Amino acid sequence: MTFAGWLTIVLFVGMLSALAFPLGTYMAKVYSGERVFLTPVFGWPERFIYKLLRVDSRREQDWKAYARSLLIFSLAGWLLLYLVLRTQDAFFVPHSVNPQGFESAPWNVTFNTVSSFVTNTNWQFYSGETTMSYLSQMIGLTVQNWLSAGVGIVVAVALVRGIVSRSGKSLGNFWQDIVRTILYVLAPISIIGAIVLVSQGVIANFSNYLTVHTVTGLTQTIAMGPTASQLSIKMLGTNGGGFFNVNSAHPFENPTGFTNFFEMLLVLIIPAALVFMFGRMTGNRRQGYAIYGTMMLMFLGAVVVAYVAEAHGSPAQHAAGLHTHAIAGSTGGNLEGKEQRFGIAGSALFDVVTTVTSCGAVNSAIESFTGIGGAVPFANLSASEVIFGGVGTGLYSILLYVLLAVFIGGLMVGRTPEWLGKKLEAREIKLAGLGILITPLAALFATALAVATKGGRASISELGKGPQGFSESFYAYLSQANNNGSAFAGYTGFIQPNAGNAGSHGVTFADVLGGLVMLFARYGPILFALAVAGALAGKRITPVGLGTMRTDNPTFAVLLIGVVILVGALTFFPALLLGPVVQGLTGHLY
Amino acid sequence: MPEQIPAAHERKAISLFQGDIVRRALLDSLKKLDPRVQVRNPVMFVVEICSVITTVTWLIQAFGGKPLGGGSEPAWYTFVIAVWLWLTVIFANMAEAFAEGRGRAQADTLRSMRKDTVAQMRDGSSKAAAELTRGDIVVVPAGELIPGDGTVIEGIATVDESAITGESAPVIRESGGDRSAVTGGTRVTSDRIEVEITQEPGHSFLDRMIALVEGAERRKTPNEVALNILLAALTLIFMIVVVTLRPFGLFAGTSISETTLIALLVALIPTTIGALLSAIGIAGMDRLVRRNVLALSGRAVEASGDVDVLLLDKTGTITIGNRLASEFIPMPGVAESELAEVAQLASLADETPEGRSIVVLAKQYGIREHDMASIQAEFVPFTAQTRMSGVDYDGHQLRKGAGDSIVDMVIREGGAAPPELQQQLDRIGREGGTPLAVSRDTQIVGVVYLKDTIKEGMKARFDQLRAMGIKTVMVTGDNRLTAAKIAEESGVDDFLSEATPERKLALIREQQADGRLVAMTGDGTNDAPALAQADVGVAMNTGTQAAREAGNMVDLDSNPTKLIEIVEVGKQLLITRGALTTFSIANDVAKYFAILPAVFIGTYAVGGAGSGSKGPLHVLNVMGLGSPRSAIVSAIIFNAIVIPLLIPLSLRGVRYRPIGASALLRRNLLIYGLGGIIAPFIGIKLIDLIVHNLLGA
Repeated sequence: MTFAGWLTIVLFVGMLSALAFPLGTYMAKVYSGERVFLTPVFGWPERFIYKLLRVDSRREQDWKAYARSLLIFSLAGWLLLYLVLRTQDAFFVPHSVNPQGFESAPWNVTFNTVSSFVTNTNWQFYSGETTMSYLSQMIGLTVQNWLSAGVGIVVAVALVRGIVSRSGKSLGNFWQDIVRTILYVLAPISIIGAIVLVSQGVIANFSNYLTVHTVTGLTQTIAMGPTASQLSIKMLGTNGGGFFNVNSAHPFENPTGFTNFFEMLLVLIIPAALVFMFGRMTGNRRQGYAIYGTMMLMFLGAVVVAYVAEAHGSPAQHAAGLHTHAIAGSTGGNLEGKEQRFGIAGSALFDVVTTVTSCGAVNSAIESFTGIGGAVPFANLSASEVIFGGVGTGLYSILLYVLLAVFIGGLMVGRTPEWLGKKLEAREIKLAGLGILITPLAALFATALAVATKGGRASISELGKGPQGFSESFYAYLSQANNNGSAFAGYTGFIQPNAGNAGSHGVTFADVLGGLVMLFARYGPILFALAVAGALAGKRITPVGLGTMRTDNPTFAVLLIGVVILVGALTFFPALLLGPVVQGLTGHLY
Repeated sequence: MPEQIPAAHERKAISLFQGDIVRRALLDSLKKLDPRVQVRNPVMFVVEICSVITTVTWLIQAFGGKPLGGGSEPAWYTFVIAVWLWLTVIFANMAEAFAEGRGRAQADTLRSMRKDTVAQMRDGSSKAAAELTRGDIVVVPAGELIPGDGTVIEGIATVDESAITGESAPVIRESGGDRSAVTGGTRVTSDRIEVEITQEPGHSFLDRMIALVEGAERRKTPNEVALNILLAALTLIFMIVVVTLRPFGLFAGTSISETTLIALLVALIPTTIGALLSAIGIAGMDRLVRRNVLALSGRAVEASGDVDVLLLDKTGTITIGNRLASEFIPMPGVAESELAEVAQLASLADETPEGRSIVVLAKQYGIREHDMASIQAEFVPFTAQTRMSGVDYDGHQLRKGAGDSIVDMVIREGGAAPPELQQQLDRIGREGGTPLAVSRDTQIVGVVYLKDTIKEGMKARFDQLRAMGIKTVMVTGDNRLTAAKIAEESGVDDFLSEATPERKLALIREQQADGRLVAMTGDGTNDAPALAQADVGVAMNTGTQAAREAGNMVDLDSNPTKLIEIVEVGKQLLITRGALTTFSIANDVAKYFAILPAVFIGTYAVGGAGSGSKGPLHVLNVMGLGSPRSAIVSAIIFNAIVIPLLIPLSLRGVRYRPIGASALLRRNLLIYGLGGIIAPFIGIKLIDLIVHNLLGA
């Protein structure tokens, strides 16, 4: 551990909070239809888009109408992306946007990839530089990076509207919300982000792959492409799907320590801002602070554990008598699978930032983390995306947990539970319960199928049997069920013998199961969250009294952490035992 | 002679462990094993299915077959698990049966009062009491039982209601006014009354009471339904966890027997709260019955925990109720004795304590007592419209009443109010007294100062309610000034002065429109609309039949302060549910640490899973439990016996403390959350010490 390492962490948390707060206020204004400083810039294109889409943006939608629009929008996006990816080598595609002449990946891999990008998961069985044409990356994957992020955000906004609405059943208008999200929230930050990244050395071009001669006399192919624009939204929209296979460890995706810091800010800025937005929209900012505090506490816990564990080094290093403390030029610790330019703190922090959210980008190999350090991403995923979580996803997921916490805690103060003045009754509990149930259901059943069948075991290497194989399988489906997208490596769904799509084949079992898990675990909770919003909308509001359980103080934050950890930990505890815990408890290699 | 009927006070003494209640509860808990009963409780239904599967497995093993689902567990192990699973279900049934048993004992007492009497009709005919219908008019002389619920339409009598209220002193029941309701099964002890029956056959107050305490009409309350859904969702989550654990285990080379998986499932699902939930609800009703309050639905009990605003009648609740005359204040030009005489005459026919106190005070001025009959005065009774009473005597109209009513009347009749009057009215009002203006024809002769005494300890009570988050509103017919003074002295939060039934109703509606839950008490017929409108309406048993039907609770003691206790019972009920839910979920941590290391003890052992050597996960056996089987058995035993151990708590209820919601939450989280995590570690360890020794393995 180094002073610089801790300083990075403290600075990061400070800057995040300082930036997220005003952004939250800004977003609350955007979604309340108030005029913001960007209205003069985007007002005109906004109206133009409505005209183009032929939608009446002022028509109020109840939860069913809202959900219908959302599903139609997502289905259209899914079909379009599938079409783009499957025709990337078609005759009408110009060579300039596919300079390497990549064929399309097979249907099963494409099914997985499309489902992955539409659900904001960005799980990647493929590797970008050997599979995707520039056109596929730009008008296919990048577009979904924007749209899937937008869908997550509008669901959170709709849920908040339902929670605070005092009359009527309306949750707003989906088309208006998605257009405003893209224009007023994602576009400005993403454009600035891309420019900053380019300034640091992230590439943005259409050139052919370069062939260079290395100092040792060998030749090496260096992949090129329009990276910066996709990278910026990849982080900002908590997508996480890398342009290149090694994701944010690649020098063209994450060239410096500064970009590393900057990219982490991009990942958390919207999930954090949404919490402040929630507080402002409820009319009591403290409601937002309580949830922010809850999230931040769990986040810091994860960061500290990961940083300390990685800085301490692995048991193997200690057994070999190697130095693990920091020396000039090296941060020390367990540097296996990490980039020296990020160091231990930059890697541990990045790992936590991208696994608490649904981002799933990686700048180091999670598989090479120490036992305890590697358990942190597992634990983060087990918490089901409520520690900031994905854009929108994080807020609506934790609000479902808040509902459960309020129900149990509310009883303990001697009133039938109420949340922000609204009584929680059978309908809300049923919907929230089911919404929370889906992710563990999908993750555990898919893992069980994968480890119990030959088709599933085909994805783990012969070496990876035992707890390592279990960890890989479990992480793969836990990650896809959480729409996270980070991988423990080793779990295969696509085999490219010639480093290209020619002659490649997908592992149908893993591709299809994973794809279904992502779709189910994305749209299931979304529908339940919208239904909860519908159930709460227009409920009578009881004024707060001394006897009302408050949801804006530290006591409630503790209760909320308890519920999140108990439900998350209790659900995944047995599975965690058989994977990372066994591995952490033994020096035996499997 | 009236039969010896146990009084309601004795009901309070029915103990939880009285012999016949225990016997009956034990029997009932076996009867309730019927799956048609169990299916109403999803958590316990799952346990019952698990018990059946384990029993079948044991039978197969006992006849030399292989256990279902593989594994190499011995038959005795399956047997022990099966027995404890059945006990878990039986304990749950027992909790419910105990709660019902107490109610049933009370119902039996009540039932013994339901005598088949013959009613004497007004027209001279007679009719069996069971056949009386609404509108029948019966005559009840002294010594007879009143055959059904009704309203006194003629006469006045003393009635012994001890059978229902437990109060041994007879009460007066008379036609007209607010004391006209009589209950079937009570006995007239003097005089003779005519009663108009207001019930249909089989729907008497007594019938309703029996059904209520017996739990026959029990339906799940909204909050119970919601909690049941939460428990079902948790059960579903743990079923997924357990079902997927088998393939996970197989991948790790560990075959987990189905009996062990079932044990794990039952240990994890929230059986503790699932078992006690309905007992908690029944006990809540029961606690009210023991306070002599009949809640007509479980929903009303639940709602009483949520009350935000309490409307309290000033008289009888906040003040002792007897405002006594303490001073005569004559207007200029009138002698004090003259005022005393007019006031005395105006009060002669007034049997209220106020009226009598005026007569008593007048005596001190040497005014001799008049006899109404001998002086041939005509009595003008008080009405809510005129708000005054008096006599017409010797060609004069003598009146006393509220200041503004008298002034209005005098001005209407062509007189004028002396300027001193308003000063006096204001002064008395400011001092918390009640002024009564006294007039003779168009002349206002003076003011009687009525002093109202606030009951002791009211301020503390209101502070307590404030800490509970409940706003108190005093309702009084007094004018603003008087009301303000008393409100200030008693510490009540707000007041409604010059209240009329309409204004009361409007106040309730207004509070409800703001989303508040309102509770109130009432007795008169004109309280009925407000009682019906309030979320919790407690009717006084002494009140009119209309009031008793409008409210959703009846207080047999007719004690308006009872509302505070009712709110506490409601809160206790909800807290008990929440606390035991938290406890139940928190328990799972220890159960995991007991069962999972036992299941995976050989997993990834150096010599292989079957080698008998311990794998890496055995270090999670933090409790140091004796052996894998004793660990699992101990967890299941703990899971089962925690239910009977918590029966007394669920029947008594977790204590409610008015310390504010946040402090209360902190306290209960600490006791039932943290305690729920720690307690099973200790409990399972202790049980394991015994089990492990018994098994000798």
